[in-house]
Amino acid sequence: MSKVLMKGNEAICDAAIRAGCKAFFGYPITPQNEVPEYMAKKLADAGGVFVQAESETSAINMVYGAAAAGVRVMTSSSSPGIALKQEGISYLVGADLPCVIVSISRAGPGLGGILPGQGDYFQSTRGGGNGDYYLPVYAPFSIQEAMDLVFKAFDVADEYRTPVMILADGMLGQMMEPCEPIAKKPNITDHKWAANGQADKRDRNVVTSLSLKGEILEEMVERRFKTYEEIKTKETMVDNRVQDGDEVALVAYGTPSRIVLNAIEMLKEQGIKAGLIRPITLWPFPYADFQNLPSSVKNVVVCELSMGQMVEDVRLGVNGKLPVHFYGRTGGMIFEPEEIAEQVKKIVGGGK
Amino acid sequence: MATATKIIFSGFGGQGVLTLGQVVADIALNQGKEVTWMPSYGAEMRGGTANCSVIISDSVIGSPIILRNIDILVAMNKPSIDKFLEKTSEDSKVFINSSIVTDPVEKAGAEVLAIDATNIAVSAGNARAANMVMMAGFLTKTGLFTIDELEQALTRRFAGKKELVDVNMKAVKQGLEALA
Repeated sequence: MSKVLMKGNEAICDAAIRAGCKAFFGYPITPQNEVPEYMAKKLADAGGVFVQAESETSAINMVYGAAAAGVRVMTSSSSPGIALKQEGISYLVGADLPCVIVSISRAGPGLGGILPGQGDYFQSTRGGGNGDYYLPVYAPFSIQEAMDLVFKAFDVADEYRTPVMILADGMLGQMMEPCEPIAKKPNITDHKWAANGQADKRDRNVVTSLSLKGEILEEMVERRFKTYEEIKTKETMVDNRVQDGDEVALVAYGTPSRIVLNAIEMLKEQGIKAGLIRPITLWPFPYADFQNLPSSVKNVVVCELSMGQMVEDVRLGVNGKLPVHFYGRTGGMIFEPEEIAEQVKKIVGGGK
Repeated sequence: MATATKIIFSGFGGQGVLTLGQVVADIALNQGKEVTWMPSYGAEMRGGTANCSVIISDSVIGSPIILRNIDILVAMNKPSIDKFLEKTSEDSKVFINSSIVTDPVEKAGAEVLAIDATNIAVSAGNARAANMVMMAGFLTKTGLFTIDELEQALTRRFAGKKELVDVNMKAVKQGLEALA
């Protein structure tokens, strides 16, 4: 298939439809409005259902319904809207239901602003809902990668029976770049557990997150955490470009990592060798890559469009072996490559 | 990153600056280049300001944002000049819609080209094609693409609506005549 020019938000939808998404429930919010717009236009033609719900809370509970019926389903929103969905996400986890949740994040807290932000790392990876749970969270840095990861997210959701989140900032949602739509066929399995009507031929399937017996609930939670261990082993993804000889490891995720790549080029011209580690899954986090850095690396610098959230995972990964520094901007302000290069120079001693 | 060309298209919302950027990005894609198109997406509306950044490169593009060293600025109104002229350099090309920006625009070293875009578009039969008149600046001054490539891009964009392609190409050609 040849390349097309697409907005990130549209590319996400194109990949979802190609992955066999048959239901979308959403509520408008900038900067992700092209997602429901595209789904409203195209999903019916693909044999699916689009509903603009009356609220984010309603939309996520519609997702619960469609997922319980065994249908590939997606919702999308942006930061404050994702906050409203957290109750439903916790219920989806409790009922072991697969779905894909797209978060095109903006600057917060509260209504914040509509410009890009990364202050939702905790919200995505630590869970804003109640109870013990994690979600696989994918953070694409290009529109092609967004397509690939959305397509994959549906498979991962089905395989492990878990909600999966795509976390991208408003920049990725709004920008256009060439990408190649996914040509392969989705691998859709028949869910034996789905509450989709057994016509009295088999026992009914029950989908619920309620379990009043402590022993049984504990067993369910522990089984889910065994699945999490499997996800950690099999699904962790990272783009690690740190090479032997690099003295600084720069860490960033999503579109800001592209700005960091520009900074690395600038530093190279000034004789400072730096490499990028870009976590692609934010959960599971690629801790191992921080335990096995080349011995040439003397400093780790984390860059986020936040006051520093992923930096905590990086510190867990580095485990005290190296100094971990942080540089961030908030409010929708975006760092320039020059700013990052300047920070790195200060850290390595500037005088080079 | 010496091979990257950084372009800003800016004007009032409704003047077609985002479209202009998308057409140029589409041409670049079809030339086999790497390209990014990034709109400003603040709370803009018709009559407010709008702009987009297009980066064209032979190699992978890092950040899609242009904060300095603009190579080509297409300014359709005065606020665009106020906002972006200082971010151009002495090697930049600046295309101005002189129907609206009536004050002289100067930038040391930079090549400034005034195009009477809105008036030319009106005489070509469609005031909304002023954005396409600005394309004349690209064709005469940048060498980024040919008039045939532009026509092909417009044909892709207005698939099945030949009259729209014709209106826009007429505007482009009148722009070229005015600059000749």
